Amino acid sequence: MDDEIRQVLAEQGKLAVEVSTIGDDDDLYRAGLTSHASINLMLGLEDAFDVEFPQHMLRKKTFETISSIRLALSELTGTPVR
Amino acid sequence: MIEPRLSWRVDGAAGTDQLASAERIAASVVGPAAADVDRDARFPKEAIEAMRAERLLSVLVPQRLGGAGSTFSQVAAIVEVLGRQCASTAMIYAMHQIQVACLVRHGSAEIDDFLRDEVVGRQALLASATTEAGIGGDVRTSSCAVEAGAEGDGFVLRKNAPVISYGQYADAILVTARRCPESPPSDQVLVLCRRRQLNLEPTSGWDTLGFRGTCSPGFLIEASGPLSAILPQPYADISARTMLPVSHLLWSHVWLGIAGAAVSVAHSHVRNEARKKPGTLPPAAIALAELVAQHLELAALTRDAAARYESASADTEVMGALPFAIAMNLLKVSASTKVVDIVTRAMRICGMAAYREDSSETLGRLLRDAHGAALMVNNDRILNNSAQMLLVSKEGLS
Repeated sequence: MDDEIRQVLAEQGKLAVEVSTIGDDDDLYRAGLTSHASINLMLGLEDAFDVEFPQHMLRKKTFETISSIRLALSELTGTPVR
Repeated sequence: MIEPRLSWRVDGAAGTDQLASAERIAASVVGPAAADVDRDARFPKEAIEAMRAERLLSVLVPQRLGGAGSTFSQVAAIVEVLGRQCASTAMIYAMHQIQVACLVRHGSAEIDDFLRDEVVGRQALLASATTEAGIGGDVRTSSCAVEAGAEGDGFVLRKNAPVISYGQYADAILVTARRCPESPPSDQVLVLCRRRQLNLEPTSGWDTLGFRGTCSPGFLIEASGPLSAILPQPYADISARTMLPVSHLLWSHVWLGIAGAAVSVAHSHVRNEARKKPGTLPPAAIALAELVAQHLELAALTRDAAARYESASADTEVMGALPFAIAMNLLKVSASTKVVDIVTRAMRICGMAAYREDSSETLGRLLRDAHGAALMVNNDRILNNSAQMLLVSKEGLS
Protein backbone atom coordinates (compact mmCIF):
# COMPACT_ATOMS: atom_id res chain seq x y z
CA MET A 1 0.00 0.00 0.00
CA ASP A 2 2.84 2.41 0.89
CA ASP A 3 4.41 2.24 -2.58
CA GLU A 4 1.11 3.11 -4.19
CA ILE A 5 0.48 5.98 -1.74
CA ARG A 6 3.92 7.34 -2.49
CA GLN A 7 3.33 7.00 -6.21
CA VAL A 8 0.08 9.00 -6.06
CA LEU A 9 1.79 11.52 -3.81
CA ALA A 10 4.59 11.90 -6.36
CA GLU A 11 2.07 12.39 -9.17
CA GLN A 12 -0.37 14.71 -7.43
CA GLY A 13 1.36 16.21 -4.38
CA LYS A 14 3.60 18.68 -6.23
CA LEU A 15 5.90 18.64 -3.23
CA ALA A 16 9.02 20.74 -2.94
CA VAL A 17 11.12 17.62 -2.31
CA GLU A 18 11.45 14.07 -3.70
CA VAL A 19 8.79 11.79 -2.20
CA SER A 20 11.49 9.18 -1.47
CA THR A 21 13.11 11.60 0.99
CA ILE A 22 9.92 11.95 3.04
CA GLY A 23 9.47 9.87 6.16
CA ASP A 24 6.15 8.21 6.99
CA ASP A 25 5.48 10.71 9.76
CA ASP A 26 6.82 13.87 8.11
CA ASP A 27 4.32 16.72 7.76
CA LEU A 28 3.36 16.85 4.08
CA TYR A 29 2.08 20.40 4.36
CA ARG A 30 5.51 21.50 5.55
CA ALA A 31 6.92 19.64 2.56
CA GLY A 32 4.89 21.90 0.29
CA LEU A 33 1.52 20.16 -0.08
CA THR A 34 -0.96 22.94 -0.92
CA SER A 35 -4.71 22.75 -0.34
CA HIS A 36 -5.14 22.66 -4.11
CA ALA A 37 -2.72 19.72 -4.45
CA SER A 38 -4.30 17.94 -1.50
CA ILE A 39 -7.62 17.87 -3.40
CA ASN A 40 -5.89 16.19 -6.35
CA LEU A 41 -4.13 13.85 -3.95
CA MET A 42 -7.52 12.80 -2.53
CA LEU A 43 -8.91 12.21 -6.03
CA GLY A 44 -5.79 10.29 -7.04
CA LEU A 45 -5.98 8.08 -3.96
CA GLU A 46 -9.70 7.43 -4.50
CA ASP A 47 -8.93 6.26 -8.02
CA ALA A 48 -5.85 4.21 -7.16
CA PHE A 49 -7.48 2.37 -4.26
CA ASP A 50 -11.02 2.38 -5.65
CA VAL A 51 -12.45 3.98 -2.53
CA GLU A 52 -14.41 7.09 -1.66
CA PHE A 53 -13.27 9.13 1.28
CA PRO A 54 -16.34 9.74 3.42
CA GLN A 55 -17.06 13.31 4.42
CA HIS A 56 -15.62 12.93 7.93
CA MET A 57 -12.21 12.05 6.45
CA LEU A 58 -12.11 15.05 4.13
CA ARG A 59 -10.03 17.23 6.37
CA LYS A 60 -6.47 18.45 6.57
CA LYS A 61 -5.43 15.94 9.28
CA THR A 62 -6.22 12.92 7.11
CA PHE A 63 -3.62 13.92 4.54
CA GLU A 64 -1.02 15.32 6.91
CA THR A 65 1.43 12.38 6.73
CA ILE A 66 1.91 9.18 4.76
CA SER A 67 1.02 7.30 7.97
CA SER A 68 -2.27 9.16 8.37
CA ILE A 69 -3.17 8.48 4.73
CA ARG A 70 -2.34 4.79 5.22
CA LEU A 71 -4.53 4.68 8.33
CA ALA A 72 -7.47 6.22 6.49
CA LEU A 73 -7.08 3.91 3.50
CA SER A 74 -6.79 0.84 5.74
CA GLU A 75 -10.07 1.77 7.35
CA LEU A 76 -11.72 2.13 3.95
CA THR A 77 -10.29 -0.96 2.26
CA GLY A 78 -10.48 -3.17 5.35
CA THR A 79 -6.75 -3.90 5.09
CA PRO A 80 -5.12 -4.03 8.50
CA VAL A 81 -2.33 -1.53 9.10
CA ARG A 82 0.92 -3.49 8.98
CA MET B 1 -43.47 38.28 32.62
CA ILE B 2 -40.03 37.76 31.16
CA GLU B 3 -38.51 40.75 29.50
CA PRO B 4 -37.37 39.25 26.18
CA ARG B 5 -34.40 41.57 25.88
CA LEU B 6 -33.18 40.72 29.35
CA SER B 7 -31.89 37.25 28.61
CA TRP B 8 -30.14 38.52 25.53
CA ARG B 9 -28.47 41.34 27.44
CA VAL B 10 -26.94 38.86 29.88
CA ASP B 11 -25.04 37.20 27.04
CA GLY B 12 -24.37 40.25 24.98
CA ALA B 13 -24.46 43.08 27.48
CA ALA B 14 -21.31 44.61 26.05
CA GLY B 15 -22.48 44.20 22.47
CA THR B 16 -25.62 46.30 22.77
CA ASP B 17 -23.74 49.25 24.25
CA GLN B 18 -21.13 49.07 21.53
CA LEU B 19 -23.68 48.86 18.77
CA ALA B 20 -25.31 51.98 20.19
CA SER B 21 -21.91 53.75 20.23
CA ALA B 22 -21.29 52.67 16.66
CA GLU B 23 -24.69 53.97 15.56
CA ARG B 24 -23.96 57.30 17.22
CA ILE B 25 -20.51 57.63 15.64
CA ALA B 26 -21.79 56.46 12.26
CA ALA B 27 -24.43 59.20 12.20
CA SER B 28 -22.37 62.03 13.70
CA VAL B 29 -18.84 61.40 12.36
CA VAL B 30 -18.61 58.65 9.73
CA GLY B 31 -21.51 59.75 7.52
CA PRO B 32 -20.65 63.47 7.42
CA ALA B 33 -17.02 62.71 6.42
CA ALA B 34 -17.84 60.02 3.82
CA ALA B 35 -18.04 62.20 0.69
CA ASP B 36 -14.81 63.99 1.60
CA VAL B 37 -12.98 60.73 2.38
CA ASP B 38 -14.10 59.39 -1.00
CA ARG B 39 -13.26 62.49 -3.02
CA ASP B 40 -9.77 62.94 -1.60
CA ALA B 41 -9.06 59.21 -1.16
CA ARG B 42 -8.02 60.04 2.38
CA PHE B 43 -7.89 57.98 5.55
CA PRO B 44 -11.06 58.50 7.66
CA LYS B 45 -9.01 59.73 10.59
CA GLU B 46 -11.89 61.30 12.51
CA ALA B 47 -13.97 58.11 12.27
CA ILE B 48 -11.17 55.89 13.56
CA GLU B 49 -10.38 58.37 16.35
CA ALA B 50 -14.05 58.43 17.39
CA MET B 51 -14.09 54.64 17.49
CA ARG B 52 -10.89 54.62 19.53
CA ALA B 53 -12.48 57.01 22.01
CA GLU B 54 -15.46 54.65 22.37
CA ARG B 55 -13.07 51.65 22.62
CA LEU B 56 -14.64 50.02 19.58
CA LEU B 57 -11.31 48.68 18.30
CA SER B 58 -11.09 46.11 21.10
CA VAL B 59 -14.65 44.76 21.12
CA LEU B 60 -13.54 41.28 20.00
CA VAL B 61 -10.87 40.97 22.69
CA PRO B 62 -12.02 38.69 25.53
CA GLN B 63 -13.05 40.29 28.79
CA ARG B 64 -10.18 38.58 30.65
CA LEU B 65 -7.81 40.79 28.63
CA GLY B 66 -9.90 43.92 29.13
CA GLY B 67 -11.90 43.80 25.90
CA ALA B 68 -15.65 43.66 25.52
CA GLY B 69 -15.78 40.00 24.53
CA SER B 70 -18.30 40.70 21.81
CA THR B 71 -19.51 37.95 19.50
CA PHE B 72 -18.87 37.89 15.75
CA SER B 73 -22.54 38.69 15.13
CA GLN B 74 -22.22 41.79 17.26
CA VAL B 75 -19.08 42.94 15.47
CA ALA B 76 -20.74 42.19 12.14
CA ALA B 77 -23.67 44.39 13.16
CA ILE B 78 -21.25 47.26 13.89
CA VAL B 79 -19.62 46.77 10.49
CA GLU B 80 -23.02 46.96 8.78
CA VAL B 81 -23.94 50.15 10.65
CA LEU B 82 -20.66 51.78 9.57
CA GLY B 83 -21.08 50.44 6.03
CA ARG B 84 -24.36 52.28 5.61
CA GLN B 85 -22.49 55.57 6.06
CA CYS B 86 -19.02 54.96 4.60
CA ALA B 87 -17.84 51.72 3.03
CA SER B 88 -14.16 52.67 3.41
CA THR B 89 -14.51 53.24 7.15
CA ALA B 90 -16.49 50.01 7.53
CA MET B 91 -13.88 48.08 5.53
CA ILE B 92 -11.02 49.44 7.64
CA TYR B 93 -12.92 48.51 10.80
CA ALA B 94 -13.71 45.05 9.40
CA MET B 95 -10.10 44.40 8.35
CA HIS B 96 -8.86 45.48 11.76
CA GLN B 97 -11.28 43.09 13.47
CA ILE B 98 -10.17 40.24 11.20
CA GLN B 99 -6.60 40.71 12.47
CA VAL B 100 -7.80 40.94 16.07
CA ALA B 101 -9.74 37.70 15.58
CA CYS B 102 -6.58 35.94 14.35
CA LEU B 103 -4.64 37.10 17.41
CA VAL B 104 -7.44 36.20 19.83
CA ARG B 105 -8.00 32.74 18.37
CA HIS B 106 -4.44 31.72 17.46
CA GLY B 107 -2.24 33.65 19.88
CA SER B 108 -0.01 32.87 22.84
CA ALA B 109 0.79 34.42 26.22
CA GLU B 110 2.90 37.10 24.51
CA ILE B 111 0.18 37.81 21.95
CA ASP B 112 -2.31 38.12 24.82
CA ASP B 113 -0.03 40.77 26.34
CA PHE B 114 -0.14 42.65 23.05
CA LEU B 115 -3.93 42.41 22.94
CA ARG B 116 -4.26 43.70 26.50
CA ASP B 117 -1.63 46.46 26.36
CA GLU B 118 -1.89 47.66 22.78
CA VAL B 119 -5.26 46.70 21.31
CA VAL B 120 -7.27 47.31 24.49
CA GLY B 121 -4.93 49.76 26.24
CA ARG B 122 -3.93 51.95 23.31
CA GLN B 123 -6.69 50.98 20.86
CA ALA B 124 -4.04 49.99 18.32
CA LEU B 125 -5.17 49.71 14.70
CA LEU B 126 -4.07 46.47 12.98
CA ALA B 127 -3.55 45.98 9.25
CA SER B 128 -2.68 43.00 7.12
CA ALA B 129 -0.15 42.14 4.40
CA THR B 130 -1.05 38.79 2.91
CA THR B 131 -0.61 39.44 -0.81
CA GLU B 132 2.85 39.55 -2.31
CA ALA B 133 4.30 40.70 -5.61
CA GLY B 134 5.22 37.82 -7.89
CA ILE B 135 3.08 35.06 -6.38
CA GLY B 136 0.11 35.47 -8.72
CA GLY B 137 -2.36 36.64 -6.11
CA ASP B 138 -2.55 33.37 -4.18
CA VAL B 139 -2.44 34.44 -0.53
CA ARG B 140 -1.80 30.87 0.53
CA THR B 141 1.73 31.00 -0.86
CA SER B 142 4.58 33.30 0.04
CA SER B 143 7.88 34.07 -1.55
CA CYS B 144 9.40 36.02 1.34
CA ALA B 145 10.58 34.14 4.42
CA VAL B 146 11.13 34.72 8.11
CA GLU B 147 14.87 34.86 8.70
CA ALA B 148 16.99 34.85 11.82
CA GLY B 149 17.91 38.32 13.03
CA ALA B 150 21.48 39.61 12.93
CA GLU B 151 22.00 39.02 16.64
CA GLY B 152 20.45 35.58 16.30
CA ASP B 153 17.71 36.31 18.83
CA GLY B 154 14.75 37.36 16.77
CA PHE B 155 13.48 37.57 13.22
CA VAL B 156 13.84 39.82 10.22
CA LEU B 157 11.38 39.86 7.36
CA ARG B 158 11.30 41.66 4.01
CA LYS B 159 8.21 41.59 1.84
CA ASN B 160 7.09 43.34 -1.33
CA ALA B 161 3.37 43.80 -0.67
CA PRO B 162 1.36 45.19 -3.61
CA VAL B 163 -1.49 46.25 -1.29
CA ILE B 164 -1.60 47.11 2.39
CA SER B 165 -4.84 48.79 3.35
CA TYR B 166 -4.27 51.76 5.69
CA GLY B 167 -0.72 50.44 6.17
CA GLN B 168 0.60 53.92 6.76
CA TYR B 169 -1.88 54.48 9.59
CA ALA B 170 -1.63 51.10 11.30
CA ASP B 171 0.06 50.48 14.64
CA ALA B 172 0.92 46.92 13.66
CA ILE B 173 0.69 44.75 10.54
CA LEU B 174 0.12 41.01 10.39
CA VAL B 175 2.38 39.69 7.64
CA THR B 176 2.43 36.25 6.03
CA ALA B 177 5.76 34.68 5.10
CA ARG B 178 7.35 31.29 4.63
CA ARG B 179 8.25 29.71 7.97
CA CYS B 180 11.99 29.80 7.18
CA PRO B 181 14.17 30.32 4.09
CA GLU B 182 14.11 26.55 3.36
CA SER B 183 10.30 26.25 3.54
CA PRO B 184 8.16 25.63 0.44
CA PRO B 185 5.86 28.51 -0.62
CA SER B 186 2.76 27.05 1.07
CA ASP B 187 4.37 26.53 4.50
CA GLN B 188 3.50 29.94 5.91
CA VAL B 189 3.37 31.63 9.27
CA LEU B 190 1.68 34.85 10.38
CA VAL B 191 3.93 37.47 11.97
CA LEU B 192 2.84 40.39 14.12
CA CYS B 193 5.03 43.30 12.97
CA ARG B 194 4.85 46.33 15.24
CA ARG B 195 5.18 49.86 14.04
CA ARG B 196 8.37 50.69 15.92
CA GLN B 197 10.16 47.72 14.35
CA LEU B 198 8.70 48.23 10.93
CA ASN B 199 9.87 50.20 7.93
CA LEU B 200 7.38 50.84 5.12
CA GLU B 201 8.49 52.19 1.78
CA PRO B 202 5.55 53.02 -0.52
CA THR B 203 5.78 51.47 -3.99
CA SER B 204 2.54 52.78 -5.51
CA GLY B 205 -0.34 55.15 -4.96
CA TRP B 206 -4.03 54.47 -4.32
CA ASP B 207 -6.37 56.14 -6.78
CA THR B 208 -9.21 53.70 -7.36
CA LEU B 209 -12.87 53.67 -8.33
CA GLY B 210 -14.07 52.73 -4.87
CA PHE B 211 -12.96 52.06 -1.30
CA ARG B 212 -10.81 55.11 -1.79
CA GLY B 213 -10.57 55.87 1.91
CA THR B 214 -8.92 52.53 2.69
CA CYS B 215 -5.65 54.05 1.38
CA SER B 216 -4.20 50.75 0.15
CA PRO B 217 -0.98 51.34 -1.80
CA GLY B 218 1.85 48.85 -2.08
CA PHE B 219 4.80 48.88 0.29
CA LEU B 220 8.18 47.29 0.70
CA ILE B 221 8.08 46.00 4.26
CA GLU B 222 11.13 45.59 6.43
CA ALA B 223 10.29 44.25 9.85
CA SER B 224 12.07 42.76 12.79
CA GLY B 225 11.05 41.59 16.23
CA PRO B 226 11.18 38.81 18.81
CA LEU B 227 10.34 35.22 17.82
CA SER B 228 7.25 35.45 20.05
CA ALA B 229 5.73 37.75 17.40
CA ILE B 230 5.39 34.73 15.10
CA LEU B 231 2.00 33.13 15.73
CA PRO B 232 2.55 29.54 16.87
CA GLN B 233 0.05 27.83 14.55
CA PRO B 234 0.63 27.29 10.82
CA TYR B 235 -1.00 30.00 8.69
CA ALA B 236 -2.89 27.24 6.86
CA ASP B 237 -4.91 26.63 10.03
CA ILE B 238 -5.26 30.31 10.92
CA SER B 239 -6.50 30.99 7.40
CA ALA B 240 -8.99 28.12 7.32
CA ARG B 241 -10.41 28.73 10.78
CA THR B 242 -10.29 32.48 11.12
CA MET B 243 -8.67 34.75 8.51
CA LEU B 244 -10.67 33.52 5.52
CA PRO B 245 -14.11 32.90 7.05
CA VAL B 246 -14.04 36.02 9.23
CA SER B 247 -12.88 38.11 6.25
CA HIS B 248 -15.74 36.90 4.09
CA LEU B 249 -18.17 37.29 6.96
CA LEU B 250 -17.23 40.86 7.85
CA TRP B 251 -16.68 42.03 4.27
CA SER B 252 -20.19 40.76 3.48
CA HIS B 253 -21.52 42.96 6.24
CA VAL B 254 -19.75 45.97 4.71
CA TRP B 255 -21.59 45.18 1.47
CA LEU B 256 -24.84 44.66 3.36
CA GLY B 257 -24.34 48.18 4.71
CA ILE B 258 -23.76 49.57 1.19
CA ALA B 259 -26.89 47.77 0.02
CA GLY B 260 -28.89 49.12 2.94
CA ALA B 261 -27.82 52.68 2.13
CA ALA B 262 -28.84 52.29 -1.52
CA VAL B 263 -32.20 50.75 -0.59
CA SER B 264 -32.98 53.55 1.79
CA VAL B 265 -32.27 56.17 -0.92
CA ALA B 266 -34.55 54.31 -3.36
CA HIS B 267 -37.23 53.91 -0.70
CA SER B 268 -37.29 57.58 0.12
CA HIS B 269 -37.35 58.42 -3.60
CA VAL B 270 -40.46 56.29 -4.15
CA ARG B 271 -42.18 57.70 -1.05
CA ASN B 272 -41.58 61.21 -2.35
CA GLU B 273 -43.06 60.21 -5.71
CA ALA B 274 -46.10 58.77 -3.93
CA ARG B 275 -46.68 61.99 -2.02
CA LYS B 276 -46.88 63.92 -5.28
CA LYS B 277 -49.80 61.81 -6.53
CA PRO B 278 -51.67 60.27 -3.62
CA GLY B 279 -53.88 57.36 -4.65
CA THR B 280 -51.69 56.15 -7.51
CA LEU B 281 -48.83 53.69 -7.16
CA PRO B 282 -45.63 55.33 -8.44
CA PRO B 283 -44.14 53.47 -11.44
CA ALA B 284 -41.04 52.50 -9.46
CA ALA B 285 -42.94 51.15 -6.47
CA ILE B 286 -43.00 47.57 -7.76
CA ALA B 287 -39.30 47.73 -8.52
CA LEU B 288 -38.77 48.95 -4.95
CA ALA B 289 -40.60 45.91 -3.58
CA GLU B 290 -38.34 43.69 -5.70
CA LEU B 291 -35.32 45.61 -4.45
CA VAL B 292 -36.32 45.14 -0.83
CA ALA B 293 -36.71 41.41 -1.49
CA GLN B 294 -33.13 41.34 -2.78
CA HIS B 295 -31.92 43.26 0.25
CA LEU B 296 -33.68 40.83 2.58
CA GLU B 297 -31.98 37.94 0.78
CA LEU B 298 -28.57 39.52 1.25
CA ALA B 299 -29.31 40.22 4.92
CA ALA B 300 -30.43 36.62 5.46
CA LEU B 301 -27.34 35.29 3.70
CA THR B 302 -24.87 37.36 5.71
CA ARG B 303 -26.56 36.90 9.08
CA ASP B 304 -26.87 33.16 8.51
CA ALA B 305 -23.14 33.08 7.81
CA ALA B 306 -22.43 34.88 11.09
CA ALA B 307 -24.51 32.30 12.95
CA ARG B 308 -22.84 29.47 11.02
CA TYR B 309 -19.41 30.77 11.91
CA GLU B 310 -20.26 31.21 15.57
CA SER B 311 -21.70 27.73 15.92
CA ALA B 312 -18.67 26.21 14.19
CA SER B 313 -15.97 28.41 15.66
CA ALA B 314 -15.28 26.29 18.73
CA ASP B 315 -15.22 23.06 16.73
CA THR B 316 -11.95 22.62 14.85
CA GLU B 317 -13.36 19.48 13.20
CA VAL B 318 -16.23 21.36 11.58
CA MET B 319 -13.99 24.27 10.63
CA GLY B 320 -11.43 22.00 9.03
CA ALA B 321 -14.04 20.24 6.94
CA LEU B 322 -14.90 21.04 3.35
CA PRO B 323 -18.60 21.97 3.65
CA PHE B 324 -17.69 24.80 6.03
CA ALA B 325 -14.93 26.08 3.75
CA ILE B 326 -17.18 25.89 0.69
CA ALA B 327 -20.00 27.72 2.47
CA MET B 328 -17.75 30.53 3.71
CA ASN B 329 -16.12 30.82 0.27
CA LEU B 330 -19.37 31.03 -1.64
CA LEU B 331 -20.81 33.52 0.84
CA LYS B 332 -18.24 35.97 -0.52
CA VAL B 333 -19.19 35.30 -4.14
CA SER B 334 -22.94 35.60 -3.49
CA ALA B 335 -22.80 38.69 -1.29
CA SER B 336 -20.37 40.56 -3.54
CA THR B 337 -22.54 39.85 -6.59
CA LYS B 338 -25.77 40.82 -4.85
CA VAL B 339 -24.51 44.17 -3.62
CA VAL B 340 -23.80 45.35 -7.18
CA ASP B 341 -27.24 44.16 -8.28
CA ILE B 342 -28.93 45.95 -5.39
CA VAL B 343 -27.18 49.29 -5.94
CA THR B 344 -27.86 49.05 -9.70
CA ARG B 345 -31.57 48.39 -9.09
CA ALA B 346 -31.72 51.30 -6.65
CA MET B 347 -30.13 53.54 -9.28
CA ARG B 348 -32.75 52.54 -11.83
CA ILE B 349 -35.50 53.36 -9.36
CA CYS B 350 -34.14 56.83 -8.62
CA GLY B 351 -33.16 57.54 -12.22
CA MET B 352 -31.05 60.56 -13.09
CA ALA B 353 -31.14 61.84 -9.52
CA ALA B 354 -29.03 58.84 -8.53
CA TYR B 355 -26.81 59.05 -11.60
CA ARG B 356 -25.93 62.68 -10.95
CA GLU B 357 -22.96 63.25 -8.66
CA ASP B 358 -24.39 66.56 -7.39
CA SER B 359 -27.79 65.42 -6.15
CA SER B 360 -28.92 64.39 -2.69
CA GLU B 361 -29.90 60.99 -4.14
CA THR B 362 -26.54 60.29 -5.77
CA LEU B 363 -25.56 56.62 -5.72
CA GLY B 364 -22.22 57.06 -7.47
CA ARG B 365 -20.02 56.36 -4.49
CA LEU B 366 -22.10 53.36 -3.42
CA LEU B 367 -21.93 51.89 -6.93
CA ARG B 368 -18.17 52.41 -7.17
CA ASP B 369 -17.65 50.87 -3.74
CA ALA B 370 -19.97 47.96 -4.56
CA HIS B 371 -17.91 47.03 -7.61
CA GLY B 372 -14.84 46.54 -5.42
CA ALA B 373 -16.53 43.61 -3.69
CA ALA B 374 -16.08 41.08 -6.49
CA LEU B 375 -12.44 42.09 -7.01
CA MET B 376 -10.91 42.01 -3.54
CA VAL B 377 -9.82 38.37 -3.67
CA ASN B 378 -11.31 37.88 -7.12
CA ASN B 379 -14.54 35.91 -7.29
CA ASP B 380 -13.14 33.84 -10.15
CA ARG B 381 -10.36 32.61 -7.87
CA ILE B 382 -12.81 31.79 -5.11
CA LEU B 383 -15.14 29.97 -7.51
CA ASN B 384 -12.14 28.02 -8.79
CA ASN B 385 -11.16 26.96 -5.25
CA SER B 386 -14.75 26.06 -4.40
CA ALA B 387 -15.11 24.05 -7.60
CA GLN B 388 -11.99 22.09 -6.64
CA MET B 389 -13.38 21.36 -3.18
CA LEU B 390 -16.73 20.27 -4.60
CA LEU B 391 -14.92 17.60 -6.63
CA VAL B 392 -14.22 15.66 -3.47
CA SER B 393 -16.87 16.86 -1.03
CA LYS B 394 -19.79 14.46 -0.84
CA GLU B 395 -22.22 16.14 1.48
CA GLY B 396 -24.65 18.95 1.02
CA LEU B 397 -24.02 22.27 2.64
CA SER B 398 -27.06 22.77 4.80
